[in-house]
Amino acid sequence: MTTFVKNAAGRRVPSEVNGQSAFAYAGVGMHKPEGRKQAPSVRSASDYPANGDKRVADLETALKKCDLRDGMVISSHHHFRDGDKVAVAALQAAARLGVKDLMWFPSASFPCHTPVIDLMEKGVVHHIEGSMNGALGDYCSTGKMRGLGVLRSHGGRWQAIQDGEVKIDVAIIAAPTADPFGNADGSHGPSACGSLGFALADSIYAEHVIVVTDNLVPFPCIPWQIQGNNVDCVVELPSVGDPAKIVSGTTQITKSPDRLLIAENIARFVRDTGIMRDGFSFQAGAGGIALGFVQFLKTMMREAGVKARFVRGGSTRYLVELLHEGLTDYILDGQTFDLDGVKNLANDPRHVSSSPFTSYNYHGKGNFASMVDVTVLGATEVDLDFNANVNTHSDGRLLHGIGGWQNCLFAGCTVLAVPSFRDRIPVIVDRVTTLTGPGELIDVVATERGIAINPRRKDLLDAVKGSSLPIRTLEEIKNDVEKMCGVPQKPVLTDEPVAVIKWVDGTVIDTVWKVADQPAKSPPR
Amino acid sequence: MANQGLGEAGRMGDQVRSDLHVRIEAQSSGGVKLDLESKVQLYYGDAIRADIEATLERLGVRHASVTVHDYGALPFVIQARLEAAVRQAGLGVGADARPARTVDLLPPSAKKRLRRSRLYLPGDQPKLAVNAGLYESDAIILDLEDSVHPSAKDAARLLVRNELRSVDFGNAERMVRINQLPLGLEDLRAVVPEQPDLILIPKVEDAKQVHEVAKTIDNLRQGGRPIWLMPILESALGIENAFSIATASELVVALTIGVEDYTADLGVAKTLEGSETLWARSRLLNAARAAGLQAIDSVFGDVGDMEGLESWAKRARALGFEGMGCIHPRQVEVIHRAFAPSATEIDKALKIVGAFKQAEAQGLGVVSLGSKMIDPPVVERANRLVAQARQMGLVPEEGEQ
Repeated sequence: MTTFVKNAAGRRVPSEVNGQSAFAYAGVGMHKPEGRKQAPSVRSASDYPANGDKRVADLETALKKCDLRDGMVISSHHHFRDGDKVAVAALQAAARLGVKDLMWFPSASFPCHTPVIDLMEKGVVHHIEGSMNGALGDYCSTGKMRGLGVLRSHGGRWQAIQDGEVKIDVAIIAAPTADPFGNADGSHGPSACGSLGFALADSIYAEHVIVVTDNLVPFPCIPWQIQGNNVDCVVELPSVGDPAKIVSGTTQITKSPDRLLIAENIARFVRDTGIMRDGFSFQAGAGGIALGFVQFLKTMMREAGVKARFVRGGSTRYLVELLHEGLTDYILDGQTFDLDGVKNLANDPRHVSSSPFTSYNYHGKGNFASMVDVTVLGATEVDLDFNANVNTHSDGRLLHGIGGWQNCLFAGCTVLAVPSFRDRIPVIVDRVTTLTGPGELIDVVATERGIAINPRRKDLLDAVKGSSLPIRTLEEIKNDVEKMCGVPQKPVLTDEPVAVIKWVDGTVIDTVWKVADQPAKSPPR
Repeated sequence: MANQGLGEAGRMGDQVRSDLHVRIEAQSSGGVKLDLESKVQLYYGDAIRADIEATLERLGVRHASVTVHDYGALPFVIQARLEAAVRQAGLGVGADARPARTVDLLPPSAKKRLRRSRLYLPGDQPKLAVNAGLYESDAIILDLEDSVHPSAKDAARLLVRNELRSVDFGNAERMVRINQLPLGLEDLRAVVPEQPDLILIPKVEDAKQVHEVAKTIDNLRQGGRPIWLMPILESALGIENAFSIATASELVVALTIGVEDYTADLGVAKTLEGSETLWARSRLLNAARAAGLQAIDSVFGDVGDMEGLESWAKRARALGFEGMGCIHPRQVEVIHRAFAPSATEIDKALKIVGAFKQAEAQGLGVVSLGSKMIDPPVVERANRLVAQARQMGLVPEEGEQ
C-alpha cells in the first residue's frame, strides 16, 4: 500500500516509487544526498580482445554477452528522436531471449517507440522511466502500465545514474559512426545526429555497454565522444535510424503573428533590461517562438554592436548563423536539431558538444545552466505564483517530457514564452494540473497579451520602468483571457498515481494521476 | 434562402482552429437534439451547450437536430455560426439573436485621425480577429468582400457583426469593408447597428454609389455617432471620377486605391516599383487633397519582403499618402516607421514653427530662420508635419515638456 506525503510545494506525492523509497521535494537546493557515487564493477583489460575488435554478430548475442536477465534495467537515448530504430530492436531482441520484466530507461521516448506497448503487454518490459507522450503517454495515463512512470529532466537522469537511484545494467548506444573498439561519434555518417551527450552517463556508469552502428569505420573513429574503453560489444545494423526523422531538414520560425509578437517582446525585454550586453549568454531551443526570439535578438545585437560570449542550444541554423556572423564566440550544443547544426558541429571548432553533465547535473560541482544570463522556455500551464507545468495536458494526460526544462530554470533570467490561451483553453490558471517547476525560479511569463514579471524580481521590475514594453500582471492577463474564453470546468482526476515528476535533485515534486474515464479529448474528425 | 429546413455553417477538418461547424435540421416535434463534439469538451462542454441552447431560444427554434463540431471556438463565434445555420434553414425569421455586447465602444473616431495602417482581417476567419487588436495598427478592417468566398457571405456577415460586439480591438479604428452594391447594402443592415467607425466601399466608380451607402447608413444609424466612409477606387473610371467621389458626402474622410483591380482594368502587370499606377495614385491623391481628405495607398502584397514594403511605403509618403493597407500584422510596424517623419524633418519643422510664432509675437510680417526667409506655405507644411508627429507621439503635446 503506497502512502502519500505532502511535499514542500504542497503536492501529494508517494513515499515509495517502484519499490524504492522516494524523497519528497523539499524546496530548491534543500535536498543534498550524501555518500559515494555509483560505479560499475572493476574490469580487467585482459578480459577484452587485445586487437580491440569487440564486434558481435547481432543484438541478441550482445545482450547475452552482457548477461541480460529478468528485471534488469536497459537504457537507450533519443538523439535519433523519432527516427530511432535501435531501442525497439534491442527490446525485441531481449524478448526473443525470453527475458521478462525489464525496466526501460530511455532519455526520452517518441512515437517510433510505440511498439514498446506490445512488449509491456507481453511482460517483456515492466515499466518505463523516461518521458512518454503520444500512445505511450496514453498507455501510462490510463493506468495500463505496471509500474509508475518516472519523469526526469536531462540533468535529473544524470543525477539518478550518478547517485545510484537508477542502476543501468545494459546501455544501448546508437551511434552514427563507431569503430570496432566502441569509440563512437554522432557528427558523421548517414545517420549523423550531432551530439551524443545524452548517452555519456550511461557509457560511464552502466554495468555493460553496447554500441550499435550502421557506419563502422576502422579504428580510430575520430572524433570520439563515446570512449570505447567503456564499451563491451559493438553491433552492426543495416540502418540505425531514419535520417529524415533524426533531424529536421531545417527548423522553422513560427509564422503565427501572435507567437512572433511574443518572440519580439522577449527580445525587446532582454535588450531593454540590459541583459543583452557585451559578453552575455543565452539559451534558446528549437521551438517556433524560441527561434523567432533568436532572430529578433540577432537584429538587436547587430544594431547595438553587442556580442554574446556563448549561446546554448538545441543548435539550429539560426544559432549557426549567429556564430558565423560573429555575434557569439561559441555554441555549447546539448543536442542538434537540424542539418545545418549537425554539419557545423562537425566542422567548426567554435561549435562544441556539451552534455547533461557539463550543463545540468545536480551532483556536479556546479553546471553551465546557472551561468546562462537568460533562457527562453515554453510551458503548458502557469499559475499566478509562476509555478509551471510542462508535462501534462490540463486533464492530467501526459503530454511532454521534462527535457532540460527544469535544469534551465536556474539561468539568471528564466522566461516562459506562452500564448495566453490555446484553442480557448487558458494557459494561466489558478493552480497548475501538474507541477514541473517552482515559481520561485521563473522570472518572466511572456504572452501575446503582455509580459508579467515575477514580483520576486524587483531588479527586473525596476529595469523595465519607463520602457514601452507591455508589462502587466499575471492576474490581468488571466482576467482578459477568462473574459474572452470563459472559466473552464475542472477536469476530473482520479486518486490513482500513474507517474511521478522528479525535481533536478531526485526528489518527487509531483504525482501524475490516472485520467478519469471521460469523453475523448481528441478533436472530432 | 430557406433550404428545406436544413442549414450548415462554419468549417470542419483537422486544420480548423478557433472555429466550428454547425448543421441544423428543423424538426416538427421532439425538442432540440444536440450532438456535440468539441476539442475542448472537458473544459467547456457545459458552456458550449448552454450557449447553443440560449441562442436557439433567442431565435425561437424549439424543435431541431443540431450537430456541432467545435475546435475551440469562442462564444461569439459559436453564436454566429449557429445563427447562420439557423437562418439558412429558413428558421428564426425576424428574431434578433445578437449576443450581449461584451466590449465597450470607444469614443467616436476623429475625422482626421491617424490612418497610417489598416489591417485587413478576412471576415470569415474568427481566429485572426481575436488578437488583431494587439498589433497596434491604426485601424482594423473586418473584410466581407474579396477575402470571403461567395458561399460564406451570409455567415461572415453575422460573424463580423458579433466581432463588433465581442472583440476588443484595442485603440484601433474599427472599419468594415462591405461588398459591392447591392450586396453591400445587406452588409450595412447587419453591421451599422453595431456602430463601426468607418465603412470601406469597394470598387467605387461614381458619386452615386457613395450617396447610396451614405443614405442607407443614415436610415440605419441610431444616435449621433458618425460612421465615416472610405471609397476604394479600383478602376480607370473610378480614378477619373476621383474628385466627385471625394466630395460626394460629408462623411467621406479618405480615398484609397486598389491597385490589383486597377492594373487588371488597365490590362497591365503590377510591378514592385509601381510606375504603372503612379498616375492613378497621384490623381487620387490630388483629388483627395483638393477635397480636404486623406489619401491612403493600397496594400503591399508580399508579406515576406519587408524591405520592399518599407521602400514602397517611404515612396508613398513622399508622394503625399498618409497610410497604407496591411495584409499581415508584421507589416504594421514597418509602415508606421516609414510614415513617420524623420528626426531631422521634425527638428526643422519645429524651428520653423518656432520662428513663425516669434515673428507673430513681435508683429513681424516676415518670418526668417537664420539667414533664410520662410514663405507662408513652408510654415504651413511645417505646421502639418508637427501636428502629424504629435499624433504619432514623436513630439510632446503642446504645453507638455
